[in-house]
Amino acid sequence: MFKTLSLAALLSLGTATLALAADEPRHGGTFNFTAPYGSAFSTLDTHSSPNIQEQFLTFAIHRSLYSWDSHANKPVLELADSVDVSDDGTTYTYHLKKNAVFHNGKPLTADDIIFTYERLATASNALSGASYLSIIKGIEEFGSGAATEIEGLKKIDDNTLEITLSAAGNPAFNLMEATTAIYPSNVPLEQQAINPVGLGAFVFKEHIPGSQIVVERFEDYYEEGRPYLDRVNIIVMAEGSARDVAFRNKEIDVSILGPVQYSAYQADPELKDNLLEVAETFTRNIGFSQTQVEAFKDKRVRQAINYAINSDLIIERLVKGKAVRATSWLPLGSPAFDSEAKPYPYDPEKAKELLKEAGYEDGFEFEVTATPNESWGVPIVEAILPMLAEVGVTVRPRPIESAALGSTIQSGNFQAYIWSNLTGPDPLTVMRCFWSQTPQSACNYTAYSNPEYDKIYEAARAERDPDKQLELLKEANNFIQEDAPIWFFNYNKAVMAHQPWVHGLVPNATELALQPYDDIWIDDTAPENRK
Amino acid sequence: MLRFALRRILQIIPTVIVVALLIFVIFSVVPGSFAASLFSDGRTNADPQLIARITAEFGLDKPLHERFFTYIWDLARFDLGTSFRTRLPVIQMINERMWASLELATAAMVFAIVIGVPLGFLAALRPGSILDTVTMIGAVSGLSLPQFWLGLLMMLLFALHLNWLPSFGYGDGSFRNLILPAMALGVTPLALLARTTRAGVLDVMNSDFIRTAHAKGMSETAVVRRHVARNALVLIITTVGLQFGSLIGQAVVIEKLFAWPGIGSLLVDSVAIRDIPVVQGTILVIVLWFLVINTIVDLLYAAIDPRIKQE
Repeated sequence: MFKTLSLAALLSLGTATLALAADEPRHGGTFNFTAPYGSAFSTLDTHSSPNIQEQFLTFAIHRSLYSWDSHANKPVLELADSVDVSDDGTTYTYHLKKNAVFHNGKPLTADDIIFTYERLATASNALSGASYLSIIKGIEEFGSGAATEIEGLKKIDDNTLEITLSAAGNPAFNLMEATTAIYPSNVPLEQQAINPVGLGAFVFKEHIPGSQIVVERFEDYYEEGRPYLDRVNIIVMAEGSARDVAFRNKEIDVSILGPVQYSAYQADPELKDNLLEVAETFTRNIGFSQTQVEAFKDKRVRQAINYAINSDLIIERLVKGKAVRATSWLPLGSPAFDSEAKPYPYDPEKAKELLKEAGYEDGFEFEVTATPNESWGVPIVEAILPMLAEVGVTVRPRPIESAALGSTIQSGNFQAYIWSNLTGPDPLTVMRCFWSQTPQSACNYTAYSNPEYDKIYEAARAERDPDKQLELLKEANNFIQEDAPIWFFNYNKAVMAHQPWVHGLVPNATELALQPYDDIWIDDTAPENRK
Repeated sequence: MLRFALRRILQIIPTVIVVALLIFVIFSVVPGSFAASLFSDGRTNADPQLIARITAEFGLDKPLHERFFTYIWDLARFDLGTSFRTRLPVIQMINERMWASLELATAAMVFAIVIGVPLGFLAALRPGSILDTVTMIGAVSGLSLPQFWLGLLMMLLFALHLNWLPSFGYGDGSFRNLILPAMALGVTPLALLARTTRAGVLDVMNSDFIRTAHAKGMSETAVVRRHVARNALVLIITTVGLQFGSLIGQAVVIEKLFAWPGIGSLLVDSVAIRDIPVVQGTILVIVLWFLVINTIVDLLYAAIDPRIKQE
């Protein structure tokens, strides 16, 4: 079922440009990749940053125990050839790749993984990867200094590592994260911020702060015949219009598009055939605070808002079709996504009826905290104003700077907010955000609490059978859709334009801009300076 | 001259202290924090434990007055602190980016001076001529066009259509990469220089001593070279100084547009994620740059016109 859904999701969006080439991959050449999420790389020590911008470097230089397979749409083993799982589902024994070596020539051993995880778990280091390791037994004790070793990590021999989890579960989603990339134990950690050393397909060559990072082919990479490219220039280009000019001028090989560029590229006969699209695992939504606005405690009011907004119209006119209508909290690519689920139809009369039933016939007011973001910010709030006014609800936008959005929402200082939240790839982690035991400051931002939902979620959490767990998560997702603690807006449709000579790009639903550099190759139609 | 120079240099100190104070206060009251900004893009779920750890690690949980005294004490020792984001010394980060900014600002200023001053001079010498009219229309346009838009137009023309220059980036530091951003940044000071030079020269040309020089039978060239140019120089130098001083601050937009690795883009990124030590350090450096340039200009005045020193 999971595979069927995943394939359906991908086929619906990505296939048009996935058949990139039937030709034999060609070795050599330089790939000019753009890093669009900032004007610089904040650090070369990939453990120190949870941001996508730094993960561009991680994907080239480092490897984690697991990685995301964009074609299968699930995490797969990366640094181990196989894993044995104990009957109770708590102990995982990894047989590490024997041919994996770091860029400094050191072979990968179990010690390197223990060394890395100990660094991440040390509380005083304040590294974001620590939260992904919380599934491992003894992490908290080690982090707080109560233990000198992580109880759940055991080296059997150089090539065998045993990881014991604090509860049965699948560690793959957590241990595939870029912030858990494995570092060599014989390189001082300070060096990773200056001259990073990893297991990836490319070796760090040069960093020009604020400009670019250059990586070159690693001859001893463990995947035979890979990488194809000799060199990747990861160029910082935050400004969309400048990226547009550079792409059209063939100075860069790929470019992430915004809504306006998407329309323009679709209309351009020279560019429209080289667009890679995928519905990413982000759900744009308006969260309703059930502690700040009395009306939001009533399910009928929340549903009424979902009925009152013409989401399709907003997606078409404002987001320029660069989004997929959300039918639930979990996105298309999630294994627990229910393809049978239908979105709330645009039905103002139904909305009025529900408001009347809830005692809000004369309407009510609330404000929506919003950043200037064109796809999930103030412009969207302005678009829903007249729609909600039609059913008697008054909405006021409360503009806020992007950097302040997180702290405002975590502190609960809002009536409603509009945001784009990560809703994948692990449905168990994602659905935890509506569990009443999850603090508002973590990800239960609307302070949602429903005993019925808790029951379903807790059952899913305890379920060991993956198929049954998936069914329970699907049920939990459908419950949230019906209970409507949020307005379900859309799933981001990420679009990457690529030059015709570029092959091997994948529809990565977790973040399209993150591409497997070792699979990418360029054909001989590329400009001379990049062949 | 030495006393004058010393006095001007000492005046920098209180200005820097006031600016430092203002920066500290402003960034202490604006909403948002570095730790929370890590989760603001919604790509990662907020982790309250990590936020608490980061907040404690950087001393952001301490009272405001305590943080202020630490900041001032560090500043007095020329320590701009450590970046929250990179955990590198701020001074190192600024040093990595400052030279690209200086390179850009200097190139933009040279472009503005080389074209703006002669144009303004020629326009003033032939007031009402076609050259004067065209120069002034160009100058007004240059002042009114947003740099961002102008930069995009230049990219389209010189990179996309003519394919003469790269459209973005620092590349390997070659001169070709510098041309477009420097021209885009230099248009505003160029226009201003052309206008002020014209105004200054016209003002001097209408002075009594110029009429006297003409009456004495001096040639037009000699009058312009010996009297007009020197007297108009004070106004030109003032404009150059003010523009050069503020150019690094103005370069923020151009650096973003052309992906130029200067301190302007460092500042923008740091504000966005509330990396306060970097924001404070970068603004201080920009302010210091402005003050130093203006002090140099003041000293140049004194060299050009001894009356200023006496005043």
